[in-house]
This record gives sequence, C-alpha cells and structure tokens, in this order.
Amino acid sequence: MLTILFDGIAYGMLLFVLACGLSVTLGLMNLINLAHGAFAMAGGYVTVVLVNRMGVPFLAALPIAFLVTAAIGVLLERTLYVHVYAKSHLDQVLFTIGLVFMAVAAVDYVMGSSQQFVKIPQALQGQFNVFGVGVGKYRLLIIVICGLLTLALQLALMKTRFGSRLRAAVDDQRVARGMGINVNLVFAVTFAVGSGLAGLGGALGAEILGLDPIFPLKYMIYFLIVVTVGGTSSITGPFLASILLGIGDVAGKYYAPKLGAFVIYTIMIVVLIWRPQGLFARPTMR
Amino acid sequence: MANTLATDVARRLARPSRWSPLEIAFWLIAAAAVYFLPNRHLILTEIAILALFALSLDLILGYAGIISLGHAAFFGFGGYAAGLLAKHALVTEPALALLLAGLAAAVLGFATSFLVLRGSDLTRLMVTLGVALVLREIANRYSELTGGADGLQGVTIAPLLGTFRFDMFGHTGYVYSLVVLFVLFAIARRIVHSPFGLSLRSIKGNSLRASAIGIPVDRRLIAIYTIAAFYAGVAGALLTQTTAFTSLDVFSFDRSADLLLVLIIGGIGYLYGGLIGAVVFKLMQDWLANLTPQYWQFWLGLVLVVIVLIGRERMARWVSPLRVLGDMLGDRVARVLGSKPR
Repeated sequence: MLTILFDGIAYGMLLFVLACGLSVTLGLMNLINLAHGAFAMAGGYVTVVLVNRMGVPFLAALPIAFLVTAAIGVLLERTLYVHVYAKSHLDQVLFTIGLVFMAVAAVDYVMGSSQQFVKIPQALQGQFNVFGVGVGKYRLLIIVICGLLTLALQLALMKTRFGSRLRAAVDDQRVARGMGINVNLVFAVTFAVGSGLAGLGGALGAEILGLDPIFPLKYMIYFLIVVTVGGTSSITGPFLASILLGIGDVAGKYYAPKLGAFVIYTIMIVVLIWRPQGLFARPTMR
Repeated sequence: MANTLATDVARRLARPSRWSPLEIAFWLIAAAAVYFLPNRHLILTEIAILALFALSLDLILGYAGIISLGHAAFFGFGGYAAGLLAKHALVTEPALALLLAGLAAAVLGFATSFLVLRGSDLTRLMVTLGVALVLREIANRYSELTGGADGLQGVTIAPLLGTFRFDMFGHTGYVYSLVVLFVLFAIARRIVHSPFGLSLRSIKGNSLRASAIGIPVDRRLIAIYTIAAFYAGVAGALLTQTTAFTSLDVFSFDRSADLLLVLIIGGIGYLYGGLIGAVVFKLMQDWLANLTPQYWQFWLGLVLVVIVLIGRERMARWVSPLRVLGDMLGDRVARVLGSKPR
C-alpha cells in the first residue's frame, strides 16, 4: 500500500518535471504546445546515446540532457515558435502536431522504432526496506532530484528578480511590457528552461515510462491533464495535479488493471467540466 | 429604400447557395471516375470516406469554430455500430445499418455536446481528446463484444439493397460511398446556407454578440455538434462496410490529427475544403508512402508546419482567383439560362 503511494509520488514528481515547462509556456504566451513531449523524448534519447554508446556515467548524463534539450528548445523557439504566438489556437495546434509527427518519424529513422533502455548503474538498482516499506532506489533518486528541482523552481519564481518578471508577464503581458520588462527574452529563457526540464524528465523517466519514438503522442495527454487540471497561474497547481495524477494512475493500474487509463480520462473530463480553469487555479478577473 | 436594401442583402446571402459550374464539374468528375478509373476504386473509396469525415469536421470547425482533437470518437463509434449490426445480423441491409450507425453516433454527439459548450479552446481540445480516448479504452476492454486489440472480425456485409454485392475491387463500395457523400454533402450545403448556418457563422465570429442579437448560442452549437457527429458516424460506418473490418485504430489520435490536416489543406469553412483536402491528402499519402514507406509521417508533419508558417489566409488568397472564376462562370450561366437571380 505504502509502496504504491511511494511509486505514485515518484511518478507524479516525474510528470511534474516533464510538464511544468508546458504550464508556464501556456500561461505566459497562451501557446498550446502539443510538442512538449518531443523535448522530453529528445532528453531521453540524448541520455541513451550518452550512457549506452559513449559510456558517460548516468548521473553526469542528466545535466547534459538538460542542456542539450534546452539548447534545442531555444533554437526552435527563436526560429519557429516566435511565428505562431500571435496565431489562433487552431494554428498552434496544427503547428505543434506537425512538429510531433516530424520528431516521431525523425527519431524512428535515426534510432529505430524499438524501445530503448538506459543502462542504470548497479548502485541505483534494487530496493531496500524502510519500516517494512519497499523503496526502489531509482524511484527514491527521482523523488530527491525532482523534489529539489521543485523547490529550486519555487524559490526562483518567488524570490528572484527574474521570477517576479516572469510572474508579472504571466499576469498581464501588456502591462509588463509597458513597465519595461523584456517579455520576449523572459519567454525565450523560460521556454529553454521548460524544455530542458522536460528533457531531464525524459532522461530520468526513460526507465519508468519507457522510451520509444511514439513517446510524445503517448504522454501528451498526461502533460495536458497536468496543465489543465493544475491551472497555469502558479507552479503549485500543476505540482499537486501531477502528484494526484501519479498516485491515481499507479493505484488505478494496481487495484483495477481492467479499467486501465479509463479512470484517469474520466476524472479529467469531469474536472474540466466542473472547473474549466483548473482545480487549483485562482479565479482570474480576465 | 429599406426594401431594396433588404432584397439586396437577401440576394447577397442567397448567392453562394446557387450551384456554380465548377461545383457541378467537380461532381461530374467524381462520378466519371466510376467508369474511367475502375482499377483505382479502392483508393477512391477511401478518399470519399475521408472527404465525408472531413466534411463533418468542417461543419463544427469551419462553421461553428469548435476545435476538436477527438473527432475520431464519432467515426469509430459509427464504425463499430455498423460492424456489430452486420456481425450479429441485427440489420442486414447496409443502407439502413448506415443510417442507424449514423444515428447512434449522433446520440453520442448529442450527449457529449454539453461537454464542449463550456471552456476555452484548450478545454475543448482536452475534452474531445478525452472522449475519444475513453471510447478507445472501452472498446479495448469489452473485447468479447468488440474483439479488443484484434479488431472486429467476421463481419460479413450483405449485398446493398439486396442486389449489389461488395466486391474486392471496390466497385460497389465506391459508387455507394460516392452517393452517400453526395447526398450528405447536398444536405450540409443546404444547412450551412440556411439561416441556421448563418447564425453558426455569427457565433464563430463572436459568440457574445451573437447571443446579444438573440441567437441561442448553446442550442445552435449542440445542434451542429450532433449533426457533425452523425456525419462522422456515417463515415465510420462506410469504412466498416466497405472493408468488412474495423479495429481500435478508428479511435486513434492520429486519425483525428490527420483529419485536421486534411481540412487545413483544403481550407476550412466552405465545405469543399474537406473534399479537396481528402483528395490531395490521400494522393500525397500514397505518394509519400511509396517514396519512404516508414517515414511518411515526417513529411506530413512538415506540410503542417509549413502551412502554419506561411499562413492559411495567405494560401487561401493564392487559390481565390479560382473561386472568383467560379462565381463569374455561375453568373454567366445564370444569365444565359435567363433565370432571375434569387
């Protein structure tokens, strides 16, 4: 029972790291980015190549995965995404679906369609018992890393100058611009960090979520659930949403495997009908 | 003065509802393919079905402005309904089963239409996507009824109207699909040019103002969503009937996403978009799949990205001379025939 809770929390934390970039880009630029999962996949594949083929230690590969995906993110943001901010949601959806299709086919072409596994060091495998609760070492690592990241993000958002600029830009872009905040720069940085985090999440999650070319399509709905249920106005909303989703999904698969993902989707629809702004969103005046 | 203005407005509104020569030529070519391309009937059937499906999406996206990422829900529902009706010999006449499958999808559309009334574009995206995923899960779980991941097998479709047998070359299938497509297209054409269709356009333009001038926004959206679900259900049923098979693939996200691409290629909001898009999409898919069997999705994605970056409005302007030509021809023909413009 507690093991399920533990696994669920690890899963949820992972989802949060994967999806938090998406929630910020949606809140900041009103951009529906269905291609977010492609960045996560990129991070996962970077780790696979580094660890399995080049022999880089797993823990050293994680920051590299972050940096590489962040670089890809900033490149795409500056060259392609800037053109679609002002377009309608329909155009954004089409554009990002197109990116997903291209990423899926490109990864298929380069890496093959089979599932990839990251070689995890011996020290991180297996589990140990804490008061009779089986704790997977790897999952513990995920919780620690993701927990630290969440804290760092929260602090960066709340205490730093950049954080207040970002919050100002999310709240009202026009006024923020009027106050002399370089919203474009803020957004480019945020996009890079968001995609980098997705890449890191993909690297960490390759073991748990599985990594194959259709990853962005398979998990797109999960990221979207996190964002829509959690709301886009804060970082705690998506965090709580992803923890709930993680625990719900793991418990659902354990206790009622016949129902599958059915429960999650139904809950999502109910929440969306009940509170279209998200469970944890502040009521906005806009 | 006010009277002439009113008649002028009425004439302008009625003008697009006339059949232009280009449209007539389009359908004549489609019908001529029955005789002139007999060995291409299988792909032509697919095109006709895809066109009907795209037409359905155009009704809600192009006219009512509802973005849907889960339109495959109704397609699949209709497909499974037709498959089950035929498999258990509940309704053997395909044309009747087609109607019933469409109605079943319409009931589903009516039930889920309340979900898309609320919220923003993103909420609608999520809800429509969620509905399709839930249906897919249900079809997967109740495998004793639907065959689960193996698909619905052992479907035998009785001869159409008791006489025309579905052959493996798709001759019957094509004529059947084309007739269904034409009939439903003509109805859709009537719908969008009616006052009801005009009210939908005003809702798409600005739903707040539309409700301010007395249009019952929610009821109109429910109505068109139900109608579109019927169309999608019929398209799904056609696919099942012409291939005598259906699988979980009918609910897949790819199908909904491809459908958006079809409609975008052809252009949204003028009904022929779905038809032209279906032709271009299928031919392109065929060509790309021959070129790079495994990776054609890459090129589809590239097309989507390029279309958005160039801008749909700009591309619409490139083909607009053709539409102007169609209108001119229409006026000319009307004058020659001596009929007064309505």
